[in-house]
Amino acid sequence: MHELPITESILNIVISYAEKNAVKKVMAINLQVGMLSDLEDEWIQRYFDHLSRGTVAEGAKLKIERMPIKLQCNLCATLYEVEKTNIGDTVCPGCGKNDGKLISGREYHIRDMEVQ
Amino acid sequence: MEGVRLIEVKEDILADNIKIAAGVRQRLSNTKTMLLNLMSSPGSGKTSLILKTFEGLKDSIRLGVIEADIDSTVDAEKVAARGIPAIQLRTGGFCHLDATMVTQGIDALAANKLDLIIIENVGNLVCPAEFDTGAHKNVMILSVPEGDDKPLKYPLMFSICDVLLVNKIDYLSLSDFDMVALRKRVLALNPNIKIIEVSCKTGAGIGDWIDWLNKEVAAFSLSV
Repeated sequence: MHELPITESILNIVISYAEKNAVKKVMAINLQVGMLSDLEDEWIQRYFDHLSRGTVAEGAKLKIERMPIKLQCNLCATLYEVEKTNIGDTVCPGCGKNDGKLISGREYHIRDMEVQ
Repeated sequence: MEGVRLIEVKEDILADNIKIAAGVRQRLSNTKTMLLNLMSSPGSGKTSLILKTFEGLKDSIRLGVIEADIDSTVDAEKVAARGIPAIQLRTGGFCHLDATMVTQGIDALAANKLDLIIIENVGNLVCPAEFDTGAHKNVMILSVPEGDDKPLKYPLMFSICDVLLVNKIDYLSLSDFDMVALRKRVLALNPNIKIIEVSCKTGAGIGDWIDWLNKEVAAFSLSV
């Protein structure tokens, strides 16, 4: 349900980059969204289609890359991926301890955009 | 047809909110006012817990409440009727509070004269977990009738909270809620979370919650 404010924020950032770069039309926007987010791809596209009417980004396709949940071990610095429902229950493959901090999986980033 | 080119953006979509939230935290730290964000499903007992909390703290801590509702003032009226400074924010259909809305609440509350502000967030286990409100501590309630499977459905919420209050434990004998399974599921997501079993109705466990709050508010006041 929080797709609407997220979508507004995406549109504002995209329009500001389009103005700075003399863009005629935004074709696609590449997003990176963490696997921990409950964002619905379909709804974010629908909201975007509605909000972007009459702007340089009208008709742009949102391409969402889901970013894995990654922890870094506080003891030996090993990076490892974990499943969504099992974040705190996974031990470090480097040292076998369970003391990792979340470093990826909650992203809400615009990576880049394809424009004319 | 003109060729398509790629423009690098590399922007955080939530950057504005993250920045405003950091400002809220700093501003309240300056006046030694701890901000606590209380989240849960609708009907799990947020307002009842706030009333119980006020009873337990009123001699030691100056408490204020920011109530958020999609479109009603029922909760703020209940809280204000007990003499607790309270402000109601209507989110106008939004399913969560963001740091800008919280700023409005703090402005209206004379926050510098308070030791603790509790935000009663919109009843929802999904969206509030995504938006930093500027709170120093995040606390959630799960009530027994909701079931012990909720950590499997809403892992983000359980993973961002400092405390989980399991409310309505007076219903345990009537349900197949498995407290051992719940604890295991929650700790798998968040090994550092503190779990306190309470009943706002019977008062069971409320003393443990009040003890935690007293300690945290005292430690906060010394740390900022």
